[in-house]
Amino acid sequence: MSNVAPHASAYMGRMLQPLTKAATRMRAGLLCSLPLILSACDRAVLNPAGQVARQQRDIIAISTGLMLLIIVPVMILTVIFAWRYRKGKGGTYDPNFDHSTALELVIWSAPLLIIIILGALTWSSTHLLDPFRPLDRPAVAQDADAPRENMLRVQVVSMDWKWLFIYPDQGIATVNELVLPVGRQVRFDITSTNMMSTFYAPTMAGMIYAMPGMQSTLHAVLDKPVTAEGLSGMYTGAGFADQRFKLYGVPTARFDQWVAEAKGSGRALDLPTYMALVKPSEKVPVMHFAAVQPDLFRRVMERCVEPGKPCMSDVMRHDMGRGGGNPHDVRPGAGMTPGRGSAPLHGDKPEGAIFKSPEEKGSGEHFTKPTHPNQARGVTKPGDATNRNMTELSPWRSPLDAAAARA
Amino acid sequence: MTIEHIAKIIFGRLTLESFPIHEPILLGTFAVVALGGLGVVGAITKFKLWGWLWREWFTTVDHKKIGIMYIILGTIMLLRGFADALMMRAQQAIAFGNEGYLPAHHFDQVFTAHGTIMIFFVAIPLVSGIINFVMPLQIGARDVAFPYLNSLSFWLTAAGAALVMASLFIGEFSTAGWLNYVPVSNLQNSPGVGPDYYLWALQIAGVGTSLSAINMVTTIIKMRAPGMTMMKMPVFCWTALCSQVLAVAIFPILTAAFAMLMLDRYLGFNFFTNDLGGNPMMYWNLVWIWGHPEVYVLILPVFGIYSEVTSTFTGKRLFGYSSMVYATVVITILSYLVWLHHFFTMGSGASVNSFFGIATMVISIPTGAKIFNWLFTMYRGSIRFDLPMMWVVAFMLTFVVGGMTGVLLAVPPADFVLHNSLFLVAHFHNVIIGGVVFGLFAGIEYWFPKAFGFKLNEFWGKVHFWGWVIGYWVAWTPIYIVGLMGTTRRMRYLEDPTLQPYFVIAAIGAVIILIGIIGFLIGFVVSIRDREKLKVGNDPWDGRTLEWSTTSPPPAYNFAFTPVVHDLDAWYDMKCRGYERPSGGFKPIHMPRNTGAGVILSGLAAVLGFAMIWYMWWLAALAFLGLLVVAIGHTFNYDRDYYIPAEEVERIEAGHRPPPPPEPRPDHGPALEPAGAK
Repeated sequence: MSNVAPHASAYMGRMLQPLTKAATRMRAGLLCSLPLILSACDRAVLNPAGQVARQQRDIIAISTGLMLLIIVPVMILTVIFAWRYRKGKGGTYDPNFDHSTALELVIWSAPLLIIIILGALTWSSTHLLDPFRPLDRPAVAQDADAPRENMLRVQVVSMDWKWLFIYPDQGIATVNELVLPVGRQVRFDITSTNMMSTFYAPTMAGMIYAMPGMQSTLHAVLDKPVTAEGLSGMYTGAGFADQRFKLYGVPTARFDQWVAEAKGSGRALDLPTYMALVKPSEKVPVMHFAAVQPDLFRRVMERCVEPGKPCMSDVMRHDMGRGGGNPHDVRPGAGMTPGRGSAPLHGDKPEGAIFKSPEEKGSGEHFTKPTHPNQARGVTKPGDATNRNMTELSPWRSPLDAAAARA
Repeated sequence: MTIEHIAKIIFGRLTLESFPIHEPILLGTFAVVALGGLGVVGAITKFKLWGWLWREWFTTVDHKKIGIMYIILGTIMLLRGFADALMMRAQQAIAFGNEGYLPAHHFDQVFTAHGTIMIFFVAIPLVSGIINFVMPLQIGARDVAFPYLNSLSFWLTAAGAALVMASLFIGEFSTAGWLNYVPVSNLQNSPGVGPDYYLWALQIAGVGTSLSAINMVTTIIKMRAPGMTMMKMPVFCWTALCSQVLAVAIFPILTAAFAMLMLDRYLGFNFFTNDLGGNPMMYWNLVWIWGHPEVYVLILPVFGIYSEVTSTFTGKRLFGYSSMVYATVVITILSYLVWLHHFFTMGSGASVNSFFGIATMVISIPTGAKIFNWLFTMYRGSIRFDLPMMWVVAFMLTFVVGGMTGVLLAVPPADFVLHNSLFLVAHFHNVIIGGVVFGLFAGIEYWFPKAFGFKLNEFWGKVHFWGWVIGYWVAWTPIYIVGLMGTTRRMRYLEDPTLQPYFVIAAIGAVIILIGIIGFLIGFVVSIRDREKLKVGNDPWDGRTLEWSTTSPPPAYNFAFTPVVHDLDAWYDMKCRGYERPSGGFKPIHMPRNTGAGVILSGLAAVLGFAMIWYMWWLAALAFLGLLVVAIGHTFNYDRDYYIPAEEVERIEAGHRPPPPPEPRPDHGPALEPAGAK
């Protein structure tokens, strides 16, 4: 199967090509036809800089076109029938017309045909654009014969509420800034420290979840230099709106220069720095690190960054060993190790409510309770009292003022 | 043992800080609500209505009254949910380059409450209400299979709604999204009362919904009038059956998922924690195994409403009845096989994603067939464009767009760029407003004369209609567009100022919908005022199904004699054969007796929930004990039924004008032949 897959997918790619061309034409006519939508066509999703994102955009256009084959006639017929057969206005009235085998055949088979075509497109495109699968061909000519080993590796860690990017081969790391060389395939390994978020740079490729204790992978390539934004496509709690990063697609020479600059920045991402960084924070400025604690990504993913905390793989190996090598031994205590209690990163794991002594119950405050009534609102640090303060409203700026300010 | 220690034991984590004493706006809202409540209570006391309310409504087991109460509950909660929607639209219209007027903690509660309320306490009660009212009448039954259980189901739903409303003034609501997603709702990330409010409110309401579903399924299976075989059942009953079978199958999953999250939060378990072997992904799977079929629990009965309305107002038999039934059943089964499309981006691998994507698309085939069937019911009809039919046409033009974007989102590579975007949000509002909500309004307009004996005011009905239809398109078209540009949902503010016009237009759309809602409410008031003028007969729309054969409003026993069914459109068939209302020979009618057990049990359940939310263990224990005592005590209540004497039935039947004899219908042609001849 694994031998067949690349051929099959290459074949499907060729099969898709005419469709893709048609889609590009259709996109102009279809998605950009209304003046209101016109400006949308300059946007990341509809005019992306990445090969993967562009193919995904084409699939949106093809599928929409296919479905309009059904939708448009239905809408037109609805209006025609509603008008033509309104009471007392001439249309034939046949109160017992309730069955027609020919019509039934059409109304079941027409959608079926569309779905068969769309299903085939779905099957092939889903496999072709599977984020875990390396891309077939480099996207641009100058790197057409670049070997696959030349893939750039980037490790992505979603934190509360910022993004950490580790370049393991370059030995550098950044926060909230992702710089990529144009035309070189990138493999992203993605995990999260606490919340489930999605790693999403709309101009480059579709999103994939960043999950605590798990690793996901995304392959992508940028075709042209770009300055864009990336974000989490999934709500991650209070600091969600600020969990964004800058994405720069730059020529290879500029990328090497940038790596050298980062190497010269002096700071290192060692364990103490990481433990400070991992604490929840918002509106974090861009940071560069000249060096990275080795093996950091794996330990983040296996939830064992703190010294002394067993990694998930260790716990699993230990469990199997202690159970006499039998993972299915279910005697009480079998397989358990003292080190199994791997505590969460942010402080201790809270105990269940029922175990709290009365003093520990705390106070379930109403969200409007202010603690520092005089402090200006809008400082949205997590747990910050002003987040709960609704007594003061932000001065409202009308859209007109905003426009004037820009002018 | 200090005073504080004792206070903590008694009040748990409920302190003075739990009330919005610092917040003038909320305090004002609270004062208005409290004063309004006091006014209502005062008026009820003044006019000595408490006894009437308790006897006629709170303790009733009559499916018609319970249905009406469900609809009142849904309408009240719609106002709350819509207020949340206006707040969100205002925030997103303002918040460009500034943080708007809502802090994160408040905005997050607003969108969580909006989704939770709109699905669990607006859509579900409205759908349940219409099924409750209409279905037993359509199958010619005197009540549902388990009348007392019906009362309990309603009051449990109301208890859940009360808990959600309480969170506005006491403590806070969840900030974890409408499905209370872990890890946001884990104890370590949300130690407050918000997720607990969510869990208890939904557990209590969820029990109500499950019980109600069991009740409806049993009623449809066991209590149809003689002659009504499954394939002679009105389409609405078919869709109600499929929807409620789905509900029976899926609500236990939701209850189990929430129960596991409760164990995590209360007893320190690790089902969905990040560490110690827990896995948040499992929660997502479980809630979406509930969540996707739930969409069909809501929309299937509404498809039934559209079928009934289309058939009645075109004056035609429904085109393709059996293909409609098969389509419904196919949708029911397929809806179980698609939940993973809510998280293609979690990385399940290409083959798994393709399977779920294609399974999702396949659902559009029976759904498309349904649309065509309505279309060809209109074909060669004589369409009367009263308000219910206007809603149907608005639905057909709106819903197909939502269906199309839905299939688009089912293509995994497309979903990779549109997942959780505002495009998705626009899609599901398209199908829920354009599908479920429009249909519920059609149903309310259509069956209101049956429930009360007078029509709703037409002018305000049109305000209601155009407000919603125009408002929907103005509000959601721009959201589709910004979604295509890659804007993500649940954003409190955005940086890009060029997006602002779209959000301002969306906010204007929300205000137009508000006009529709105001028209809806004024319509009720005006119609009740002018009820004598709007009075109509028993069959104002020239209906086709059995509910139009009885009086408007129907007597407690629905039908003095159980009707015998010969054809699909039973009442139409009876009219064609020159049916006359029987005027004598009545027999005593066996009826279930009212009971207060449902309302008392639900009150205790609400107290139990409230005590658990605030860690008042003693009160929780007491309330639980109370639940057991009342539930067991009620089993010893043997006074559960009574007979309406034959004279009373005769008096009631004589009080209603006999319907005029059916007019000659030359245009009906072959329908005058006996049904068996076909």
